[in-house]
Amino acid sequence: MSAIASKVTKIIVEKLGVDESEVTPEASFTNDLGADSLDTVELIMEFEKEFNVSIPDDQAENIQTVGQAVTYLEEHSK
Amino acid sequence: MAFKRVVVTGLGALTPIGNTVEEFWHGLSTGKSGAAIITRFDASKFRTQFACEVKNFDVTQFIPRQDARKMDLFTQFAMVVAEEAIKDSGLDLESINRNKAGVIWGSGIGGLKTFEEEVINFSKGDGTPKFNPFFIPKMIADSASGQISIKYGFRGPNYITVSACASTNNAIIDAFNYIRLGRINLCISGGSEAAVTQAGIGGFNGLRAMSERNDDPATGSRPYDKDRDGFVLGDGGAALILEEYEHAVARGAKIYCEIIGGGMSSDAYHITAPHPEGEGAYLSMVDALDDANIKPEEVDYINTHGTSTPLGDPQEIKAIEKLFGEHTYKMSISSTKSMTGHLLGAAGAVESVAAVLAIKHQVVPPTINLFNIDESIDPRIDLTPNVAKARKIDVVLSNCFGFGGHNATLIFKKI
Repeated sequence: MSAIASKVTKIIVEKLGVDESEVTPEASFTNDLGADSLDTVELIMEFEKEFNVSIPDDQAENIQTVGQAVTYLEEHSK
Repeated sequence: MAFKRVVVTGLGALTPIGNTVEEFWHGLSTGKSGAAIITRFDASKFRTQFACEVKNFDVTQFIPRQDARKMDLFTQFAMVVAEEAIKDSGLDLESINRNKAGVIWGSGIGGLKTFEEEVINFSKGDGTPKFNPFFIPKMIADSASGQISIKYGFRGPNYITVSACASTNNAIIDAFNYIRLGRINLCISGGSEAAVTQAGIGGFNGLRAMSERNDDPATGSRPYDKDRDGFVLGDGGAALILEEYEHAVARGAKIYCEIIGGGMSSDAYHITAPHPEGEGAYLSMVDALDDANIKPEEVDYINTHGTSTPLGDPQEIKAIEKLFGEHTYKMSISSTKSMTGHLLGAAGAVESVAAVLAIKHQVVPPTINLFNIDESIDPRIDLTPNVAKARKIDVVLSNCFGFGGHNATLIFKKI
């Protein structure tokens, strides 16, 4: 697991209270990990803070799985 | 239409002097002070550096961490006391009609810490707003009643009342009214507050309303003592299950006592100072006695608002003497705020539980820290100084008054 994937997993485990084993690349925040729309907004904000990036709303809408978050952050984090 | 009768069938408490109803009563009956140096933040630069905080509270013993972090501390307190009260009541949630079950809660302020943290974070940034999506739902004061109703599936009336330090008495009066009108069968009522924060302590210090006895916190809250210098802020909460009498009897519930009256009034005088002659306090007690249809002589014990402020304490005593006359010197009076501190909007919650327990145990909890009684107070008045007192208690009257001139009085009766 990359350093970014590892940090993303840690944030998701912390915020959603899920087991680390559930945080697979294919896992959807809302369908698999029990997040509601507010949880998802909070996750995006945490990613922005942790990785020092600004994720525009239109791109945030496309981040719905763990893998999509990791890919986006690997491409955009400074 | 005849009113239905309303009884108390469950209790919950999380207070500065005990984290359960049993511990709370132990603290009340042994005259324990809940005051100590503030631990919720570094108060070393504040005029007041002590408060009556709930101690040894680990929310994860009650609520999963990921749910608890979406609740301000005052809502966490609410969830814990509601759970204790529901368990105590023995209610079978599957068999009751939850469309006829309400949650009416009291809080004077709501999520002050949440508000403070979010605004501090914002002010430390470059002006780009990064407010947490849970900021508003955590902060708003009605989140306490909302979260309780979600947990138990109570789909009846759901809201909080805000009348500063009278908030929970107003909440209980509303619940009492809906039940006696037959609109609902039962209600979780009570209140919670968590204002021991930088803004809370700083704000009340700004008003010069709080005790500054930092060298001896345990004697800071001293209602009716001549050297009192203000109230001591407390946090925590308490819950009561109010239930229609026949509903409670039909399910074989344990019944603590009956609520027989609620009174309300306004000082219409000043936003923070009480009316100097206690006019609003008098009207509220008169209204409650009228509602209960009892004579003043039937009251055995008054749990006063008695916050330990120089202005507030004597005006309430004046109002009591005006209303009760000679009976003032025959009944028992005490301020349990001498032990719990002042829980603001939740004061009426912990004091209602204290009133119910006083009836249950036939014991008046004391006014502690009464070293030298204020000379303006008639020495014939039994303020239950320092030590609890066993006596016959059929009827208890409990007062709460709030900034804004709100006054609300409850009357509980042995059944």
